[in-house]
Amino acid sequence: MPKKQIHLAAHFPGVNNTTVWSDPESGSQTDFASFVAFAQNAERGLFDFLFLAEGLRLREHQGRIHDLDVVGRPDTFTVLNAIAAVTTHLGLGGTINTTFNEPWELAKQFASLDHLSGGRAAWNLVTSSDAFTGENFRRGGFLDPAQRYDRAQQMLDAARELWLADGRPVDHHSDQFDVVGTFPIPPTPQGHPVLIQSGDSDQGREFGAKTADAIFSRHGSVEAGQEFYRDLKGRMAKYGREQSEITILPATTFALGDTPEEAAENGHRIRTAQVSPQTAIAFLEQVWGRDLSAYDPDGPLPDIDPDPGAQITRGRVRHEKDPLAVAQRWRELAEAKGGLSIRELIIETTARQSFVGTPKEVARQMDDYVQADASDGFILVPHLTPGGLDEFVEKVVPELQDLGSYRTGYTGPTLRDHLGLREPA
Amino acid sequence: MRTAHLAVEVSGFGRHPEAWRQAGVPREALLTPAHHIATAQLAAQSGADFLALPDSFGPGSGLDAVAIAARVAPVVPGIGLVPTVTTTHTEPFHTSKAIATLDLVSSGRAGWEPAVSRTAQEAAQFGRKPAAEPAELWREAAETIEVVVALWDSWEDGAVIRDVATGRYVDREKLHYVDFTGEFFSVKGPSITPRSPQAHPLTVLREEPDSLAVAARWADVVRIEAPDPAAAHAARERIRAAVADAGRDPDTVAVLLDVEILLAADPNAARRELDELGELAPRTLRVVGGPDALVEVIAEQAVDGVTAIPLTLPGGLRVLADEVAPRLLAAGLRTPADPAATLRERFGLPRPANAFTGV
Ligand SMILES: Cc1cc2nc3c(=O)[nH]c(=O)nc-3n(C[C@H](O)[C@H](O)[C@H](O)COP(=O)(O)O)c2cc1C
Repeated sequence: MPKKQIHLAAHFPGVNNTTVWSDPESGSQTDFASFVAFAQNAERGLFDFLFLAEGLRLREHQGRIHDLDVVGRPDTFTVLNAIAAVTTHLGLGGTINTTFNEPWELAKQFASLDHLSGGRAAWNLVTSSDAFTGENFRRGGFLDPAQRYDRAQQMLDAARELWLADGRPVDHHSDQFDVVGTFPIPPTPQGHPVLIQSGDSDQGREFGAKTADAIFSRHGSVEAGQEFYRDLKGRMAKYGREQSEITILPATTFALGDTPEEAAENGHRIRTAQVSPQTAIAFLEQVWGRDLSAYDPDGPLPDIDPDPGAQITRGRVRHEKDPLAVAQRWRELAEAKGGLSIRELIIETTARQSFVGTPKEVARQMDDYVQADASDGFILVPHLTPGGLDEFVEKVVPELQDLGSYRTGYTGPTLRDHLGLREPA
Repeated sequence: MRTAHLAVEVSGFGRHPEAWRQAGVPREALLTPAHHIATAQLAAQSGADFLALPDSFGPGSGLDAVAIAARVAPVVPGIGLVPTVTTTHTEPFHTSKAIATLDLVSSGRAGWEPAVSRTAQEAAQFGRKPAAEPAELWREAAETIEVVVALWDSWEDGAVIRDVATGRYVDREKLHYVDFTGEFFSVKGPSITPRSPQAHPLTVLREEPDSLAVAARWADVVRIEAPDPAAAHAARERIRAAVADAGRDPDTVAVLLDVEILLAADPNAARRELDELGELAPRTLRVVGGPDALVEVIAEQAVDGVTAIPLTLPGGLRVLADEVAPRLLAAGLRTPADPAATLRERFGLPRPANAFTGV
């Protein structure tokens, strides 16, 4: 049997503290030149697709716009169409919210992107949104969280009817939508865009197992990755789907060096820069729900308890539901590690899957991870824009190719080709 | 003599519904980037100030016009790109960042032509609200333009400060809530997209009875339809008066006449082509003939310039680029375009001050 192949996608930074903007080599994350450089390099590295995340309102912290992270993003469709002009094979994945869009317009936008890119479009359907984000939209924050995936499913159903109608009239009626008309755009080079899903609740996983071509996950460690992989792919059979029809891609970062020591040092330097003293306090405040600006980031955790009711950050998906338990865990962790400072603790607890080593080691670690079915590949999140993937493409990609785990050329023009997917029925 | 503005509008294989017969390629070619790039390149060769890309949610529409503009922007330099964006069934927040981003990927060559969706058919495609009367549709369009422009200003220039000492990436004092509340929607802001190269991409509006007040308040360019130069001149006077009444300087608003063209080096060939295509009632002044016929219309200067709308493609555009453009230059009706100019600069307009700060 041929060796399982690794899939790679390139995450162009959006709003985050991963980007080390303080680094002199950090360029603009909104200039088009940055997108061109980043995308063309990803294509040189034979990546499946470029990926854009989305957030439709600037985050707030303690009632004011959060000012510590990189922020500012161009419109997803517009920038992806422009990137299509400067690349030939790279897939173009955009995160588009299902709550603040309408099927007809969205189907038209994705059909246009797929036609104009020759079959390279992907839609990451996300449902995360609340009244806070809704304040920027006509519809406001009307949608009850329990209904979010209903709307996502109905949105997708309606869009798919439009994409595949091929001149036949569409007559879609669901709780969320009434869509009646004849869609003017014929089916696209890929039939319709590739579908990506990234919600992690039970409902989200079910939606993914039923509908997605790829999953953007956040389960980093080998064990957590394997568990997620088994769970997600295990849900597919009841929808009559083969496990190979979904590509699971966790987000991951990396740090390289000519020697293992140098790589470790680079990794440490990057992590430290990602969590500035101010960012460390802001993270702590998110859990504590209080103003902690009086605390020293290089000192110990506050001895006061979190305010469990407070939510001082808005516009960010919350994965932690119980702040008192988190505080308890963090105190124990700080203690066990010999008395970590606030900043050290945040560096420790916000770390995600990261591959650190020489290019050969990183290639080997990634290959082991994928061969162990902890994922089918990765969405790489570099710490620098736009050059953050350059060294990876130059040095790690050839190592992956040597291991026989990575393509040496694109085998077709469309993103479905890269992912080994059939056209939708 | 003033210099004249020149714009080009293309849709499908030309405005004539039978134009595809002449095109020699299947209709599916309209779905390919190659078609749109080739058309935009020809338009750019004509030296036109901008390429207008019509769009709607109605039947017969094709790919999304903003998408087409973005797709051609990186590979077709020089020319402005003005997609039509309807305001009736869309989210102003999305529209604002889409046009700002078009400005970004085109290095300051973006414009937009806000339009309304009138039909029950379009309303049924969205299923959100019934079709409305033009007056209401244009009130909503005016709100859209107002909030879109406010969102463009919601990031001051230089909001990104990257101040390592304080750990701040942005100066939040330079980000502004727009806090817009109108008859049709409310938008909090700020935008998620920084202020674009032109700050305010060019706003182009068509004159129609219910859009005049909106144009008077917001337009940088007003497009008109008229059967002859005299009627066009009267329309220009009407628009300038409305602009002045709205408290703006009429000299900052260019009025362009739509002119349907079917041009060939040999005037008779152009007329024969139209005969073969069949009868089509003109919507506005039409020029069928040799290149000089269009030059004469422009030379008359009844308005500030024209938007040439080829009845067929690429023929009409080829003659525009090869024959009309040099004649306009020679006659001093146009000056050679500075390829680095922004679209606003082509219209002699300054980069606007920020509404939140005055700078
Ligand atoms: C790895 C990952 C990336 C995500 N990226 C985005 C994003 O860019 N924009 C967004 O609005 N939501 C994003 N989400 C949120 C999810 O799509 C989802 O809507 C949210 O997690 C709520 O659904 P859940 O309860 O099923 O997780 C992301 C989630 C995950 C796990």
